[in-house]
Amino acid sequence: MFSSQEIIETINMVKQSNLDIRTITIGVSLFDCCSDVPQKFIDNMKKKITKYAGNLKSVADEIEDMFGLPIVNRRVALTPISLLTFSYSYEDLLKVASVADQVARELNIDLIGGYSAVVHKNYDDNTRKFISSIPDAIAQTERLCSSVEVGSTRFGINLEVISHLGYIIKEIAQKTAERDSFGCARFVVFANAPDDNPFMAGAFHGAGEGDVCLNVGISGPGVIKKALEEKKDATVDEIYETIKKMAFKVTRTGQLVMQYACKKLGIPAGIVDLSLAPTPKIGDSIAEILEEIGIDKVGGYGTTFALAILNDAVKKGGAMAATFTGGLSGAFIPVSEDSGMVKGVESGSLTLEKLEAMTSVCSVGLDMIVVPGDIEPELISGIIADEIAIGVYNNKTTAVRVIPAYGKKEGDKVNFGGLLGSSTVMKINTVSPKKMIKRGGRVPPPIIALRN
Amino acid sequence: MRAIITVVGKDRVGIIAAISTLLAENNVNILDISQTIIQGFFTMIMLVDLQNSKLKFSELKDALIRRGQEIGVDINMQHEDLFNAINRI
Repeated sequence: MFSSQEIIETINMVKQSNLDIRTITIGVSLFDCCSDVPQKFIDNMKKKITKYAGNLKSVADEIEDMFGLPIVNRRVALTPISLLTFSYSYEDLLKVASVADQVARELNIDLIGGYSAVVHKNYDDNTRKFISSIPDAIAQTERLCSSVEVGSTRFGINLEVISHLGYIIKEIAQKTAERDSFGCARFVVFANAPDDNPFMAGAFHGAGEGDVCLNVGISGPGVIKKALEEKKDATVDEIYETIKKMAFKVTRTGQLVMQYACKKLGIPAGIVDLSLAPTPKIGDSIAEILEEIGIDKVGGYGTTFALAILNDAVKKGGAMAATFTGGLSGAFIPVSEDSGMVKGVESGSLTLEKLEAMTSVCSVGLDMIVVPGDIEPELISGIIADEIAIGVYNNKTTAVRVIPAYGKKEGDKVNFGGLLGSSTVMKINTVSPKKMIKRGGRVPPPIIALRN
Repeated sequence: MRAIITVVGKDRVGIIAAISTLLAENNVNILDISQTIIQGFFTMIMLVDLQNSKLKFSELKDALIRRGQEIGVDINMQHEDLFNAINRI
């Protein structure tokens, strides 16, 4: 039997500290769905997603009820569609997007990812056509998520595609203008994108992943925050130890959910992603943890240091709790999804430049950043280029999910609703990187790529 | 399958009786029970065996929650494995 203290602590993790599982994501390979005939591919895709994810909603609901542990999202990640549709017309590509979205709606899947492209080397015409279809694909769907990998430590960076994506992001913003350019929240640009990421918008099912697998993304910043509240006079090493222990407990719930879901769905286990995903709820914020560690307001000097401690301790605790770890695995710092980050932006303590520095020590990158709607495409490309450089030259995943909110200017408010939250439009540096961005071409891989 | 039932609320006569009656009616065996006062609230923790339960997990959970509402306490039931995962290696 457990002690009363253990039981009460476990229950309070859920009830008071918002412990939840962010997502169960089923990765589905579409390689065996390929066909020269687009309609055939679409039919095969629909059948295959339904076969594996048809019961996802009901199984997740059952597990949620059994453990009294919320599972916030049910998701599906597909093989990057661009790899399977080289010969398809623009209209066919949009049809694929629309059917994937329709299947998700029919099966009560919250988000479906994989309308994605990988540009490791040359930016060929087929991939260009695919990337050009992303704004319409996003605008005509509700649940479809899209991503483009523009560089990796192994293969270098393609500046030409970065230049194009500045325009693509502006176009998504314009085509979803009526909802504060919400479509941009379903599109992310990556360096070193993981093949097994359960988190959106960047989830896709990588080429080496097998036919199907199930990945789990944890959450739980509130649990860490609560534990630190009781450590007011602790040294940083004691804080580190506390975070590690709580991350272990949080991740164990992810591992447990993974085991049950795999068994009930008859799908092999993939990975547990150790990222601490925040939600807009008060008390479920990464910014609040950093403030609890001792920064008066997130974004102040010392924030990067505090985040580095948090991120490393979460990984160490989490790695012990899960059999297979993967995905992004690190603290997320999305702005609009984290009420503490939004407060930092509004008070002026958290700037885009500080966020960029923070991304060098944590998971992902500039995430859910709302910028003025009239931003030049080349400035967006500049933001992307900087962030991708941090990822490629430091051998880590980085990403940019930036929202140029149509018709909005610095200081205006936008509201996306649900998990995506709301935010204030951030101040940007308007010095133009246009001449560099327009150069195009490819950046060779860094010297750390030559490992053999 | 084993589960942990927790009951939190203001202490009063008949809480244990109300819950154990419901469990007995549905053929749920109580394996262990403890009660304590935490931060001024009556807190009861039960370990139960649902192997021969007449009701499915979710039905029993709903019945317990309803019974809790009748007698003014907060009742919850969770699969034992959650507590194992978090508290035991």
